[in-house]
Parts: sequence; structure tokens; C-alpha cells
Amino acid sequence: MGNLLENMQGIPLNHYLIFCSIIFVIGVIGVLIRRNVIIIMMSIELMLNSVNLLLAAFSAYLGDPSGQVFVFFIMALAAAEVAVGLAIIIMVYRNTKSVDIESLNKLRW
Amino acid sequence: MGAIITLSLLGILVLYLGLYKAKNALLPVSILGLLLALGFEAYYWNVEADPLYSGMVIFDHFSLSFSMLCIALTILILLLSKEYFRAISNNIAEYYTLILFSLTGAILVCSYHNFAMLFIGLEIMSVALYILAGIRRNDKASNEASLKYFLMGAFSTGFLLFGITLLYGSTGSFDLAAIKQHIVDNPTGISPMFYGGILLLLVGLCFKVGAAPFHFWTPDVYDGSPILITTFMSTVVKIASFAGFLKLFSMVLVPLNEFWTPVLLTVVIITLFLGNVTALMQTSFKRMLAYSSISHAGYMLFAILSIGANSASGILAYSAAYGLASIVAFGGLILVKRQVGSDHFESFNGLGKRNPWLAFSITIAMLSLAGIPLTAGFIGKFMMFSNVMNDYHTVLLILAAINAAVGVYYYLRVVVHMYFMKSEAEQTVSMPVNFQVVFVVAVILTIVLGVYPDLILRFI
Repeated sequence: MGNLLENMQGIPLNHYLIFCSIIFVIGVIGVLIRRNVIIIMMSIELMLNSVNLLLAAFSAYLGDPSGQVFVFFIMALAAAEVAVGLAIIIMVYRNTKSVDIESLNKLRW
Repeated sequence: MGAIITLSLLGILVLYLGLYKAKNALLPVSILGLLLALGFEAYYWNVEADPLYSGMVIFDHFSLSFSMLCIALTILILLLSKEYFRAISNNIAEYYTLILFSLTGAILVCSYHNFAMLFIGLEIMSVALYILAGIRRNDKASNEASLKYFLMGAFSTGFLLFGITLLYGSTGSFDLAAIKQHIVDNPTGISPMFYGGILLLLVGLCFKVGAAPFHFWTPDVYDGSPILITTFMSTVVKIASFAGFLKLFSMVLVPLNEFWTPVLLTVVIITLFLGNVTALMQTSFKRMLAYSSISHAGYMLFAILSIGANSASGILAYSAAYGLASIVAFGGLILVKRQVGSDHFESFNGLGKRNPWLAFSITIAMLSLAGIPLTAGFIGKFMMFSNVMNDYHTVLLILAAINAAVGVYYYLRVVVHMYFMKSEAEQTVSMPVNFQVVFVVAVILTIVLGVYPDLILRFI
């Protein structure tokens, strides 16, 4: 464990921060520009996982385990959310025969 | 804590009742359980408020009063559900369970003292709602609402989590008290990461409460979901999110208000104008209420904008008034839609003759939403405006007054339709007993709170 901590601290914290921000932004852009619902969900997962990585890095640097515990919460709840989300997508697919977000245009401002 | 445990167990119990086909017991058992939870909350009122379970939750007067409001509103909403769910499907136990679980999450959001609990509470609250929004499985609008709500909810959770992570990185703790201590100890040495975290948290929370420019999912989701679920979303869930929002800013981030006030001010102004102006142009009553809920979010943000001793009681009064009026408005819409089959303003034509009592209740609700004196809505608006006035946000006050005037126009439009327009159909709109009970309670409370506002203002 000590070895792992040293390895993690071998990389400056700023690098983790920049790396995770880039992954997060990729996720945000994916949600905004992709039209396939499955890919949008993958992009959301990417956002959550960048948060997980950043939390682990902070936790290693601060020497505080609560950040890593938070990562478990995020993973568990993200799994629950994906389970519900996939069920919703299947329900939509049965009605529209499509996973394209543009096929959902019944409600408009 | 008693209320949270009661509600979680109640949800599982109701699920089992559904398994054993005890359909008639579902509603009474749920209501009894909710009353028990309400009793637990009242019991904790006089207990010393300390953070419990390693500082995870706190049950102070703030969280207890918002939790009690949420539970009471849920009781009213469940009373309306008596025949409503049966028309949708045969397996109705799940719907009650999901509403109860969602309420559990709402209470967690009201009483968190650690970011872990905020996150878990928001997730419990929203994941149950993603399903509830889509319970009309063959209705495309309901499907669309469910999917949009899910995508936007998960998206906003990402922002919220990134914000929490940045706050954790710069302070080393998820605990609200510890983060506040960090700000007080280093008034000058707060890292830029912390400011970034505040902005991302603000984005995440604005998504959750439906404030512009992050409001675009609200009208579609409120419009597409079944009316009763929309009622739950726009009252209980919104109130709980606001309680969480206010707690974070009033407890932790107050010392940094010079940084976030301009951001929030922009959000409030955009929210007010977008909500009110778009509500003017709607032809559907349901969609109008969705946009009006956006503009109400704008008014409620006033309390966060000028945080002071009165903020919490102001938001409590405002949300109680808004919740009661919304329940009456949506309940009336359920009855009218059942009869006429459409939720456009025209379906309200001649309601003053077809069912005078229903028309009267809806009128009171509309007056309360518009903020006319002698209704609870006026007290809420008055509290919000006086908060802002104390802080000398004069421009904001003028803009808000203009918006309140615009609001009166579209709220009274439905009243005009009810009393002054002739309808082709002359049959009366019937009103089941449970609807009568809920309407009587809500209307009386609206007027009583409007005349004696002290009843609710002295809570916090």
C-alpha cells in the first residue's frame, strides 16, 4: 500500500488535475454533441470516472482515506443509475425502434 | 433518523403488500407510515441538534421543518393517487414504494451534514423519479420525459461530483463544518480550485432546481410525466433541492459571497425572465405550470442571493405556499383532463358553472401562485422581496416586480377561462371525496398562512 502511495505521489498533483479535467470535458462534450443515447450514457460514465480518479489522487496526496470511500459511493450509485437508465432506454426502444435522441421529439418548447 | 428508517422500511413493506395482492391496504398503510414519520420528526424537535453518525447528518430545526413540509405534501399527493395509478397499471405497489423512497432521499437532502449524504440523498431522490416519470410505458411523451430526466439528472450529477471533488481537494474534508472552518482559518489563502468547485457545484444544483440557463429539461419532463408525478417533482423534490442548496450556501459558503453573488444574480435574472415570458406563450395549462415553476425557482433563489437570518424561514414559507397551490392546481388539472381529455386552457371553459367549488379552489391556488395578498403566496413573495431589499439589490427588485406583474397575467388567464368563457360541454365535473379532502385542506391552509404568517415563520 505504501508503495502504491509513493507511486501515485511520483506524479505531480497538477498533472492528475489537468488529466481528469480533460477527461471530464470530453465527457461533457460527448453528452452535448452525440445523438446516440448509449454513447451519451458512456460519456456520462466518463465524467463520473474522471471524478473517481481525481478523488483517488487527492486522497493519496492528502493522506486521507475518506476520498477513497467516496469513490465507492460513486461507483455503487453510478451502477444503480445505469441499471435504471438502460431499462429506460429499452422501454424507449420498444416504442420507437431507435436509440437516436432525435427520435424523441414529441415534447417541444 | 427515525423518519428516514421508518420511510425506508415502509417502502419495503408496501412492496410486499403489493406482492401479496393487498391492493386496498396500500394507501392506508402508506399514509399511516408517513404520519408516523411526521411524528418522529416532531419528536426530534426538542432534542439537542448535533451532527450524528460521524457528522453525516444533522437534525436541526432547519432540516426538521423542511422534512416535515415534504412529508406533509407527500401525504396530500398520495391522497390524490387513490384511483389515479389504477388507470395506469395493475401493479400499483411499486409506484407507492418509489414515491416513498424518493421522499427518503428528499429528507436526506434536507438533513445532510457531509457531501457524501448530499450526493446519496440526491441520487436516491432522482433515481426513483426517473422510473416514476416513465410509468406510462406505452405513452411516448412519458417515455421521452423519463429518458430526458435521466440523461439530464445524470449529467448534472457529474458536475456536482466534480465540484465536490475540487472542494475536497482544497480543504481535505467532505464535512460541512470542517470546510467552513477551513474558509474561516484561511481568509486569503483559498486555492483557485476551491472557486472552481463552487462554480461547478452551482451548475449542478441549478440543474437540480431547474434554474435557467440549466432549465431546458424542466418543461419537457414536467409536461411528459403523468400529472401526479409532475406534482411530486415540482413540489417535494424541488423543495428538498432548495433546502440542500440553501444549507450549503448559508452554512459554508457565506464568507465567499463576493465571489458567487454576481454569478447567482445573473442566474436569477435570466431565470425570472425566461420562466415568465415563456409561460405567457403557452397554450397548455400543464406546460404553463412547468414554466411557472421555473420562475418560482428564480424567486426562491432570492433567499440564497441575500443570505441572512430570515432566509431559511422565507424559503420555508415560500415553498409551503407554492407546494399547496401546486397540488391544488395539478389536482384540478387531473379532474378536468379526466373529463375533457385535454390540458389546454380551453378545457377549463365554463368550469365556474360546471363545478363552482373546484373552480373556486383553483382560483385560490392561482391567486396564491401569483402572490396576491391574503394568500400564502403573498407572504412568501413578501419575505423574498424584503430579503433582497435589505441588501439593496434595487435593480433586481424592480425586475422582480415587473416579473410578478407578468405572472399575474398568465395565472389569471385560467381564472378568466373558468368564469367568463362558455363551454360546449355542459356536464358537471365530478369530484371524488379524496380530492375534496385535499382541496379543502390545501385551500384552508393557503388562506390561514396568508392571514397568520407567523404560524410558519416562527418555525426556524
